[in-house]
This record gives sequence, structure tokens and C-alpha cells, in this order.
Amino acid sequence: MNRMFAIVEREMRKFFRSPTLMIMSLMLPLMQLVIMGNAFGGKIVGTRVAVVDYDHGPQAVKIREAFQAIAVNIKTFTTVDYTDEKQAREDVRTGKIDGAVIIPAQYSRRVYAQDAPVIGFVADNSDQFTSSSLEAEMQLVVTALTTPAVQPRLANTIALEIVELYPYVNYMKFLLPATVALAMYISVMIGGGMLYIDDKARGVHEGYLVTPITKLELVMGLNMAGAIKATLAGISLTVIGSLMAGLGVIFHPEALAELFCLILVTAIAFNGMMFLLMVRVDDPLVPRAMFGVLNTLLFYPSGAMYPIAAFPKWLRALAVVDPFTYSIHGFKAILLKDGGFQAIQFDLFFLFTFGMATLFIATPLFKRTL
Amino acid sequence: MMAASANSATAQAGPPVPAAIEVANIVKRYGDFEAVKGVSFSVAEGEIFGLLGPNGAGKSTLIRMMTTLVPITSGRAIVAGHDVVKDSDAVRRLIGVIPQALTSDPDLTVEENLSIYAKLYSVPKAQREKNIAEVLEAVDLVKWRGAQTKTLSGGMRRRLEIARGLVHNPSIFFLDEPTTGLDPVSRIAVWEMLDNLRRTRKLTMLITTHYMEEADKLCDRIAIVDHGTLVALGTPIELKHSVPGANVVEVHFNRETPEWQQRLESLDDVTSVQAESAGFYRVLTSSGSRTTMQLVELASSLGETLTSLSVQNTSLDDVFVHYTGRQLRDEQVKPPAFTMPPRPGAQP
Repeated sequence: MNRMFAIVEREMRKFFRSPTLMIMSLMLPLMQLVIMGNAFGGKIVGTRVAVVDYDHGPQAVKIREAFQAIAVNIKTFTTVDYTDEKQAREDVRTGKIDGAVIIPAQYSRRVYAQDAPVIGFVADNSDQFTSSSLEAEMQLVVTALTTPAVQPRLANTIALEIVELYPYVNYMKFLLPATVALAMYISVMIGGGMLYIDDKARGVHEGYLVTPITKLELVMGLNMAGAIKATLAGISLTVIGSLMAGLGVIFHPEALAELFCLILVTAIAFNGMMFLLMVRVDDPLVPRAMFGVLNTLLFYPSGAMYPIAAFPKWLRALAVVDPFTYSIHGFKAILLKDGGFQAIQFDLFFLFTFGMATLFIATPLFKRTL
Repeated sequence: MMAASANSATAQAGPPVPAAIEVANIVKRYGDFEAVKGVSFSVAEGEIFGLLGPNGAGKSTLIRMMTTLVPITSGRAIVAGHDVVKDSDAVRRLIGVIPQALTSDPDLTVEENLSIYAKLYSVPKAQREKNIAEVLEAVDLVKWRGAQTKTLSGGMRRRLEIARGLVHNPSIFFLDEPTTGLDPVSRIAVWEMLDNLRRTRKLTMLITTHYMEEADKLCDRIAIVDHGTLVALGTPIELKHSVPGANVVEVHFNRETPEWQQRLESLDDVTSVQAESAGFYRVLTSSGSRTTMQLVELASSLGETLTSLSVQNTSLDDVFVHYTGRQLRDEQVKPPAFTMPPRPGAQP
């Protein structure tokens, strides 16, 4: 046991003396949290929409007034008058404007006659975010125009009442669980993958192998050190990220304990996986080359950015065995939903079992000789 | 014994000294490539034994097999009375190994490096502190004990490596090219230190080197290894005496003629002549003074001029040439080509 702790001691002394690993494993996820958290999920403002009015009647004026209200209040778009529908379409296509509303001739008359009045909206759907936002605003305008001025006392249509369980989750908060998992992955990749192979290539392992340390002590020592480093990275990013995203969950002792358990088993799972992948590798280029590939292969299918339910079957199969899936699910359950141990017990079980299984396979593969 | 054909040797004659290392017909194969071809020798307790040969001769593979780092394909190695294959843990406890690369952690201090290795050898705490103090004293790094390893010079780092190999008080010490990459002053300091360690700690040492001078100065006995084969073994003096001719005369004529080789070989006492370059010859002779006189007379009678003339005793270089047919230094002065440092487990 003492020999195993000697390996851990060496790794930890090195880790604290050279803060590069810690900085690098936190830097990328934090930058992602700040930049993506602010870049995505914000409201669309300041777009330009053409209005081609062939009607000029009182109902067309009502539409223009509604648009004016939007331009002044929520500022989603401002309007630009066009006289030619063809030109408006061309300008949407070339990006001069972001959409065009066509008010057809006889629109007001059709409204009064209740003769299926239609307003046209030309959207640039190559940009899903902007076009959906504009479509949503247009729909609101149309709904408002359709709603009678005097509401009936009893509603004669079916209404859906939505109850939101949690306060508004902005994109930065949504991104935090994935960011914590990513920081731990980077820590494991650098601390458990790259440094492990670099040490091997530099002959540090040769120094270990001539001592009486057993294979199990050496494997356990290296993995314990890797898991401690990843745990520290996970804790650091959970605290910093929660403060940045405005989540108060880290001030609840029970949630903190749950987070610690989840971070620990995630560290064991990620480190075990990395050790298994690297156990027979000698070339220092391999972990560097694998960094991006593994990141894409494990991070994106995990439901970090997009729900797994929307994946095709083969991608769902990958998500089932991906430790990221369970780690991110667990972090979401605690950080965003305060779901307690019950919500994460399967995640804890899977990650711990995964970590132990990978170590169980990797240990016999580890060579006690050069 | 010194003959290449036998490819094996035992300890020196005299009162029987227990063998610290016994290697019998040891072979290492990597696929079809045979890196070590049935080498046998034994090293007596307290002896400094050198494995001398060019890069790629199989020295490091031999030392790695003896130190349990590389599995033996066939043959047997007994180190400190334990079979390297069957009782590798016992072997590891009794040996100290200094690999070719500097493997101490540059981010840790000198003392931390030693402490971690002492823990890897399960040295108890009280003993650990005492051992660290002793080895630091022995390698003259006491005042650097708190310094980060990356701040040390190359020579000091090599001394730290040596201290690290001694921190658990081994009885046998393996050093793989301990002075490679050091400047001449640091190299001599390491030699003196190793000699001192041998005397004070009664260590058996096995050293690999490709430096003739190092082997000559440091080793009680030397095994010359080439292409995975042990080609000669003996004390430095025995090896030199095994080469016909007691002296080497290096002669440089002002111009090259086809007859020089023949004329030189026909001189009395001359045992062999090696052409080095145009007009430059190394002449092995049993009488350096007589051959020198004859060379001057020969040049004078032919109306030729001697550019330089020197007489030396036979060196290990001559021994190497005698047994392998080429010079060791030729191996070392090849045009420098970029090569990656050897990876652990790679073929030598």
C-alpha cells in the first residue's frame, strides 16, 4: 500500500508544483461556458423585416402598429417599407433583410368579410434561430389580431396550462453540467493520458519497474492520482461555474455531498476509461491525436447539447455506453433540478461500475516489463 | 577467457569469490531479430564489471534482462542468488538500477525524488531519512537537497540518479551508460564517485559504456559486446595483452603510395597495420622503439617525409578492433542523424 501511495504522492506533488494541468483543464471549459453561454440562448434583437403593403386599408394599418410596438418594446425587428414583393424576396435571399411580410390587396376587406384573410411571411430558414424567432413574433401578432376585442365570459376552446417546475434556465446554466464533465475529461486526458505516456517515453516508468512495486499497486497508484486530479478539476469548475451561472446549489450541504459523490465516480469512470485506452500505448502522439476524436465521440452523443431522444438509433446506442451521458444527466439532476440522491443513483451506479470494469480489464493488460 | 568463439566467461582465477551475477547462455529475440545471442558471464561480489560496445550492440538489452525490465527469451540469469525470471521481486529488492535516461522528476526536489524511491522500496521512515542523508553525502548533493531537480546541471542530475539507485542500500548496482552526455569534468567526477562508492559500500557494479577510457579506468573486468555477442572478456590488462603487439605506432607520411602497407607489414616486430586515411597508418608492434627507428630509416631511404609519428601503448580501442574488425570510435563519429530517443521496449 505504501508503494501505491508513493506513486500518488509523486503525481500529486508534480500536479501542484506545475499548475499547467489545472489551468488548462479549467480554461477551455470555462471559456466554453462564458462564450457559448452568452452567445447561445439570448433573444434575437435588431433584425430588419420588409413590409410590402398592397392593401393600405385599416387592417393593414393595425398590422403596422403592432410591428411598431414590437420595434419599440422587445426590439426583435424593425420594419422597412417595400413596394415590390419580388424585390423584398430577393433582398431576403441576399441577406439585406431578415424577412418580409406581404399584406395582400383586399386584405382589410377580407378581414371584415371574414373571408379567410392571409398575411404572407417570407423567412430565411437557412438561419433557424432567427427565422424561428421572427415566425414566433409574427404568430403572436396574428393571434393578437384574431383575438376578439371583447372576450367571452366562458372560454369555448381547450386551453393548455403549463406549470414550469424550475425557475428559468438560461443557456449558461443549461451548459454548466456538460462543462463540469468536460473539465474532468480534459483533466483526465492531460493528467491521465498525455502525462502518463510522456512519463513512459521519458523512462520514468522504467524507474518504477525496477523497484519491487507490484503491477496492481502501480496501476492503482496511477489511477488514484488521476482520479484525484479529475475530482479537483470537477470541484473547481462546479464552484466557479455555479457562481458564474448564478446557481446557488453549491451553498446547500446536501447538494454538495451529492455533487461530490457524482464528481468522484465520474473521475473514476473517466480515468479508468483513459487508462484502458492508454495501457498499451507508447507513442506520445497517440493521446494528443485521440483528444479531439474522443471528445467528439463521447461528449456530443451524451445529450450535453441536444436531447438523446432526438438521436437516431445508432447514436442512442452509443449514448447508452457513454460515461458522459450518466455524468451529465447526474449533474443536470443536481445543479438544475435539485433532484437528490434518488435522481442520480443509477448514474452513480453506472459510473462506478464502468470505472471498476475498465480498471479490471486494464490491469492484466498493463505490462510489468518494457 | 578472451576468445570470441567461446562467448562466455567466468570470474577471475584466484580464491573463489561468490558470484553476484551469473548469466548463462542468455538470449533475447524481438521477432526474427536476435538482440542478444547466447551470452554467458559471471560477476564476482565487489567487482566493477563493464559491458563495452557500440550503440546497438545489445548492452542495454542485457542489463534490462538482468534487472527484470525485459523478459528473457532463453537462458538463465541469477542476480544476488535469485533467478531473474522465477524470483524477480527478490532481485528487484536487492539491486539498484540507473537507466540510461535521466528519470528523476524535474518538478520534484532532490530530497522528494529520493524519498519517493525509498518508499517504493518500502524503506521504513527512520531508515529512509538516514539513507537519504547518507546518499546525498556520498554524491555530494547535500546542499542541493531542497533544490528542484530541473535547476540542477547535467552532472548533478546524474549524481542524483546514482543517489536514487542507492537509497535502499542495494548490494548490486546496475548503471546503463552512466556518463553519456556529460562533459569530461563531470564524467571524471562520476568515475571518482563510483570508485569511492564501491570501496565504501562494497557494491558490485555492472556498467555499460561505449567509452573506452571509462571502461579502462573504472572496471575490474570488461566484456566486449558486439552485435549481441560477447566477443572478449578479461581485465583491461589481459585484454590489451591478448592483442598481438605491445605498442601502437601512429605514422603519417606526407603522401600515399600503394606500397606503404606492404613495406610496414614487412618491418621486424610489426604484428598488424591498419590504414586510417591517406598516408596515415596505425602499426601494432611488439617493440615501439625499434619500429619507430625503422620507420624513420625507411622514410629516409625512400626520400619520403614523415608528417607525424607517435608511440602509444595498446588501448582498448585496439582490443576492440582486434576482436570485431572495426573501431569503436567509428561507431561514435558517424555523421549525426536525427533519431528519436529509444522508447521503452523498443528493439535496441
